[in-house]
Amino acid sequence: MSEPKVGVITFPGSLDDADARRAVVAMGGDAVALWHAEHDLAGVDAVILPGGFSYGDYLRCGAIAARAPIMDEVRAFAERGGPVLGICNGFQILCEAELLPGALIRSASLRFVCEDIWLRVETSQTCLTRGLTPGETIEIPVKHGEGQWVATPGQLERVEGDGLVVFRYSAPDGQLSDATNPNGATNHIAGVRNPAGNVVGLMPHPEHAVDPDVGPTGGQPLFASLFEAALAGASA
Amino acid sequence: MTDQRLHRQLGLKDDEYERIVETLGREPNRAELAMYSVMWSEHCSYKSSKIHLKTLPTEGPAVLVGPGQDAGAVDVGDGDAVVFKMESHSHPSAIEPYQGAATGVGGIVRDIISMGARPVALLDPLMFGPLTEPRNRWLLEGVVAGIGGYGNCIGVPTIGGEIRFAEAHSTNPCVNVMCVGFAKADELVTAQSLTPHVGSYMVLYGAATGRDGIGGVSVLASATLEEGAEASRPSVQIGDPFAEKLLIEASLALIEGGLLEGLQDLGGAGITCALSESAARAGMGAEVDLDAVPLREADMESFEILTSESQERMLAIVHPSKLEAVQALCRRWGLQTAVIATLVAGGTLTIRRHGDVIAQVPARSLADDGPEYDRPREAPATAEGTDPALTPFDGALDDALRTLLASPAIASKRWVWRQYDRVVQGNTIAGPDSDGAVIRVPGTLKGVVVSTDGKGRYGHLDPRLGAMHAVAEAARNVAVTGARPLAITNCLNFGNPERPAVMWQFVESIAGLRAACEALETPVTGGNVSFYNESGDSAIDPTPVIGMLGLLPDYRLRVPLGFPRPGLAVYLLGETFAELGGSEFADVVLGEVTGIPPALDLAKERALIDFLVAAAAEVRLSSAHDCGDGGLAVALAEAAIAGGHGFAVSVPTDLPPHVALFSESASRAVVSVAPVDEDAFEALAASHGVPATRLGETGGPRAVIEGAVDMLVEELADVWETAIPRLLGEAV
Repeated sequence: MSEPKVGVITFPGSLDDADARRAVVAMGGDAVALWHAEHDLAGVDAVILPGGFSYGDYLRCGAIAARAPIMDEVRAFAERGGPVLGICNGFQILCEAELLPGALIRSASLRFVCEDIWLRVETSQTCLTRGLTPGETIEIPVKHGEGQWVATPGQLERVEGDGLVVFRYSAPDGQLSDATNPNGATNHIAGVRNPAGNVVGLMPHPEHAVDPDVGPTGGQPLFASLFEAALAGASA
Repeated sequence: MTDQRLHRQLGLKDDEYERIVETLGREPNRAELAMYSVMWSEHCSYKSSKIHLKTLPTEGPAVLVGPGQDAGAVDVGDGDAVVFKMESHSHPSAIEPYQGAATGVGGIVRDIISMGARPVALLDPLMFGPLTEPRNRWLLEGVVAGIGGYGNCIGVPTIGGEIRFAEAHSTNPCVNVMCVGFAKADELVTAQSLTPHVGSYMVLYGAATGRDGIGGVSVLASATLEEGAEASRPSVQIGDPFAEKLLIEASLALIEGGLLEGLQDLGGAGITCALSESAARAGMGAEVDLDAVPLREADMESFEILTSESQERMLAIVHPSKLEAVQALCRRWGLQTAVIATLVAGGTLTIRRHGDVIAQVPARSLADDGPEYDRPREAPATAEGTDPALTPFDGALDDALRTLLASPAIASKRWVWRQYDRVVQGNTIAGPDSDGAVIRVPGTLKGVVVSTDGKGRYGHLDPRLGAMHAVAEAARNVAVTGARPLAITNCLNFGNPERPAVMWQFVESIAGLRAACEALETPVTGGNVSFYNESGDSAIDPTPVIGMLGLLPDYRLRVPLGFPRPGLAVYLLGETFAELGGSEFADVVLGEVTGIPPALDLAKERALIDFLVAAAAEVRLSSAHDCGDGGLAVALAEAAIAGGHGFAVSVPTDLPPHVALFSESASRAVVSVAPVDEDAFEALAASHGVPATRLGETGGPRAVIEGAVDMLVEELADVWETAIPRLLGEAV
């Protein structure tokens, strides 16, 4: 199997861009650094919008980055069915760019929280979860102060009705409760997808969950899925 | 001609003013006076501490860069260097906790960048008044939010620190912050590594200069906080972590591209400090054009531009041939650049505005030739008090243990550190819940181990001994992970040095640091002195905070704090004496901080540290935990809570039970060892001359100390985990 080329966009204020590139390499991929101000995806097979505080979270989280030059290319790539993953601030950017439904607001605790949590996989119909089974749980860190996913009643109905929820915050056994919801997200939603399943955003950090020496490993199967999707798209 | 009284308003003494007149051969004008007042402030000039700091040991085989640069650096092998430094931002934090703490983080990070190193970790030693007071809770919450608000937004993990509590910190909270950076040893930026040329430019890049933080070093940092200190709020700087992140990336790219002849951060004393220190270091002067400085408000006065402490600015020395490349790189990162000066031969700073010379002074006179005082000192009358070990105790020992675990100094700090990004950069092997935090050198198996420790209560009773304990505990916290302690940085927190009693505490503390650093072979690579932590007649306890750095050759061999399995042998290393003076038990259970602190035999400490390092490598300790605050019972409880396994031990002793359990005798650790390794472990301990007492075994759900304590570990954990949230009034 050849190595998938996975691009990681650096916006001003991106913080986990190098971490995402390192995770791609650790999982056997080829990481490509992409720059926000350019109109060029360098022919990558998948794109990651990493965590951080792009543009200092000024205006709203992700609002300015969603209008960066490279986002025209990301939009076109997504329309062609290319796999796009938004992590934390990247998820916020994808929502601001209206590539994903909903919005992320201040966490219910009004505090930044960094801890390892559990996610329940809700669907395997995405570029990030095609190798996983719905109902399965994975351990992975969150770290954010504005991660409460919310949506309008109409959006929420569509998201739930069309199976667009990808992950929910849960206990290790998959049970849902407020105690295991780190930010008060509506319906415990941690990540969503577009209808085609090639664009996925989530608040937790899979790139910080591939190296057993520094944390949990729940991100490994997610990267494996992303690579499969990237190679499938590349050969198509 | 200036008003004679102006210099006093700016914090200069009459004799210092005379000295300026002598240096210049004339009266200084308003701008010049402002420059001298900030550069000769206690904060910038170290005028009260310098002669004493010179007595500290600063050399050792691992030291690459000692005191005098922006930060110290040690060699960790294979051409890798670790840069580290600690500073305080206490007075700004007392007035505006969020911004005070946030800009403290920003400042120390720029010190690390100035050395050409990437910032890789932050640690925050904090001291507050009791959390029973609403204002102290407000300060704690604000400081923690500020540290997180800044640190989380610049992509540098916060991996450790500590929090202590004492009444004197109600009016004077101490906010120290340490930053660690990684670089290649041969790429460090130091005065020796780069050669500036006459005609090279001084380029200011980063944020614009505004009216925030005017005279921060002289108004805030070099005077005591009195009633109405809130009026000093304009002297507190405002941070913008987004700009800092851009500054980190741009600066490291400039260095990597070989585009610089010098680099300095702008911190205390702003442009004045950066210009004069950069020029003095180059052995040159500079022609400065203040009109070139990008301003937030066009009508700023010259003295304001010269002393503003606006954050997120750096000053680079750039050869004219490299200017375009520097400008292009900064533009890529969205940062503005301004050529504000040109280096000239001679040593004079000539500063112009609107074409007129507004200041003309020797650079060295600002940067290097500040006043130096040998201030009078006098030992204060020692407080009468009984030795708490002699006080009979008839309370229940398990209640005492519960009280200690709920004491905020000992209780879990999870409420604090879960608000910090501890994982960004992907190299955090062990974080704030470890005795020593461990950060991986990228691409290697090496772990850099860091701990910060201060012992204010011991310092209150005996400043020399308190300082020695701080070094010893920091070294022990590094060594229990299996790492060899290498070197220290420090932040010396004291009251008003103009009072002989405070100066005596300072000099005693320096003597203690010297003795301990020599005995443990951990030289001082730099640090910071924070004086004037007092208001009215209440000064803080003399508190040198130590930032200790160590090296673990293979982080996979790190020894954890908690009991990892049932069926292990539990040992106490070291000896226990009747030493409750200044202990946590004396404070929170007896309510009396009297007597003398535990004795410290540095040879025994050294032997323990050598043994811990050897044992980790040779016999595989299953766990090791410093036996410190709260004594043996607390150390056992913490190891059980952390590992999730109980224990059953008996403590052979002639001491009264409460003394045996809660004495804070130095040079001790609680370790667990697999049965198969016991013989080798005991033999190795004997060969190092370290007493090892087998207390019992790990296992089961209960924490059992024969005849004293029999509790569920779960209950201990609950007390320990929920104490701080409860004090802060949160549902638990």
